[in-house]
Amino acid sequence: MTILAPVLMAAIIIVPTLIMMNQSGDLKKIAVIEDNSDLFKGVVKNTKDAEFVYLENTKVEDLKKTFEKAGYYGILYISPELVNTPNAVYIISKKQPPIGLLQHIEGSLKKEIERQKLLAYKIDNLDDIMKNIETNVTIQTKKLDESGVEKGTSTGIAMALAYILGFLMYMLVFIFGAQVMRGVIEEKTSRVVEVIISSVKPIQLMMGKIIGIALVGLTQFMIWIFLTVGIVTVLKTTILPKSGITEISQSMPQNLMSGNQQVTGTTQTAQMSPQLAEFSQMFDNAMNQPWGLIIICFIFYFITGYLLYASVFAAIGSAVDNETETQQFMLPVTIPIILALMVAMGTMQNPESSLSFWCSMIPLTSPIVMMARIPFGVPGWQIVISMLLMVVTFGAFVWMAAKVYRTGILMYGKKTSWKEMWKWLRYSG
Amino acid sequence: MALFEAKNVTKQYGNQLALDNVSISVPEQCIYGLLGPNGAGKTTLIRIINQITGPDTGELFLNGKKLMPSDVQFIGYLPEERGLYKKMKVGEQALYFAQLKGLSKAEAMKRLKYWFTKLDIIDWWGKKVEELSKGMAQKVQFVTTVLHEPKLLIFDEPFTGFDPLNTKIVKNEILFLRERGATIIFSTHNMESVEELCDNITLIDKAKTILEGSVNEIRSKWAANEYDLVFDGDVKIEGNGHYNILKQQTENNKSIIRLKTTSNINTNDILQTLMISGNIISFNPALPSMNEIFIRVIEARN
Repeated sequence: MTILAPVLMAAIIIVPTLIMMNQSGDLKKIAVIEDNSDLFKGVVKNTKDAEFVYLENTKVEDLKKTFEKAGYYGILYISPELVNTPNAVYIISKKQPPIGLLQHIEGSLKKEIERQKLLAYKIDNLDDIMKNIETNVTIQTKKLDESGVEKGTSTGIAMALAYILGFLMYMLVFIFGAQVMRGVIEEKTSRVVEVIISSVKPIQLMMGKIIGIALVGLTQFMIWIFLTVGIVTVLKTTILPKSGITEISQSMPQNLMSGNQQVTGTTQTAQMSPQLAEFSQMFDNAMNQPWGLIIICFIFYFITGYLLYASVFAAIGSAVDNETETQQFMLPVTIPIILALMVAMGTMQNPESSLSFWCSMIPLTSPIVMMARIPFGVPGWQIVISMLLMVVTFGAFVWMAAKVYRTGILMYGKKTSWKEMWKWLRYSG
Repeated sequence: MALFEAKNVTKQYGNQLALDNVSISVPEQCIYGLLGPNGAGKTTLIRIINQITGPDTGELFLNGKKLMPSDVQFIGYLPEERGLYKKMKVGEQALYFAQLKGLSKAEAMKRLKYWFTKLDIIDWWGKKVEELSKGMAQKVQFVTTVLHEPKLLIFDEPFTGFDPLNTKIVKNEILFLRERGATIIFSTHNMESVEELCDNITLIDKAKTILEGSVNEIRSKWAANEYDLVFDGDVKIEGNGHYNILKQQTENNKSIIRLKTTSNINTNDILQTLMISGNIISFNPALPSMNEIFIRVIEARN
């Protein structure tokens, strides 16, 4: 499984691309029939996966029986009524036509009908006017920082970041935390623990387990990421043909340089093709995220959040005799994590809400919620307070967990309750 | 000199008193039995000696010096509930435990090879623990307990799970370790092995020390004027004012009689009267077994 994971992940990335490529390779020939008119002749243009053949003097009824033999994918029937009746057009085929093809046909016909209706107003130079008004709009957002410098930002990127960071945090804390718990239970039920804590202190064993699992997990994570990236790159260069990726990557260094000089950056992008401009804009915006702060906060919140939850998980593991008994203790631990994740998702819609603010202060939820807030900009004092609270709480949790762990790990055959654990807290060494 | 001493140790869990003012003193190179019914507090005392948990009050001394956390390397502990990592290989695991006790890898390897060969488990070196039989796993754990040559060894029920042959092998190893200078604390319910191995014992019941001292002294003290007498041939004797006959039977042309003297009468006087009845082969004080003493003491308390 460990080795298979990167292969699977690479497959998830590569396979859809391959499928899409295969689809596009299959050219669909479509017969276009109009009822005694040539109003729409040549309107629907050929695309790279569909060819439109305009037939005259052919009845739909006749072609219906023979179109497959004649090599057609389907028949597009357009009635002259279409100008007034939106649904006076249909496509006959043996298979469900792909959505892309339908959108292409709909778009082409709609544009033509609009053009013909405009024509009816008899406006001079209509074609020139039409060309002139054809536009695309993308809103650019600029965030004003303290020094008053405008920075291009992107809500999309902030949201994506918030989502990724929040979710990553949730996954790491939850997966590793649960692994710590299982490890503790295993040591307890196999009774290895008594031998080991006659050699080391219980808190050493507990912290060793927590840190060890984090390191193992992170190593595995790294290997997965590197292997996945490796496999994807190799497959991309060997299987997939060279495409637009190269153009974009060529234009990137130039944008990288201009990343800090916004004004020149925008003038440059104006000269580029619209798609490229959008991409480089996105790239600039990504560079404008406070990466240093994000990385530092991520490391800080990951370590403290993980230690906090893992120590609770370790305490639970020590208090029970087997995994099924963990249920009653798991719920109260799971709720804050799930809540944090939900608030983090909400944060992306409204980063300034007071719910987001308080959840990014409360240590049980702050690792996830604060990470989701940071890409949208958080005042420094809030981060400092949140971090201080986090340090104090995680210290207290580790201390308490160690006390419960020390007693629980040697306690067998007793059904443990929260009350019982509270009592263990007050036992002396 | 006492190698290990616990003075006035008290330990309380919540409302439950696990140890109440218990003291033990374990002489050097002695096999010291720690006896008592289930739940008496033996395991708590053993855990305190191992510094797994601390006493509420009381002091512990190793070699006359206060017991320190770093002293764990001088102590070897075989818990009652044996445990090894099931998925780990036998050799790797033994090596890991040895290093936990402060041995270098090379030294641990050398000693492990020696012990594994000696106990005939070397073929199992590369196997996973879950593949071992219970007895095999116990041998592995025995080795990891004694490997760092601790001055003080603590065995909690070391013989459960062994067949008679392996019990003998392990027994001999324990005696061998004592020869080489180790002091052993030995907790068990098996009173035969107590008689066979232990020099001194402490009996704990309901958190308190009930009985303490050398096995021989305790047995003599509890002998209570009973004697075993063997005659050649079929001989019947009657009780008189000086002694009562507890039981008599004839086996293989020998009469075995147990009698109890009623007062502190000189044994020579009794023998003189008995000699008339027949040819005496042996006359011994009838020592009660540790088993009997254990049962009588505990029952007397309830």
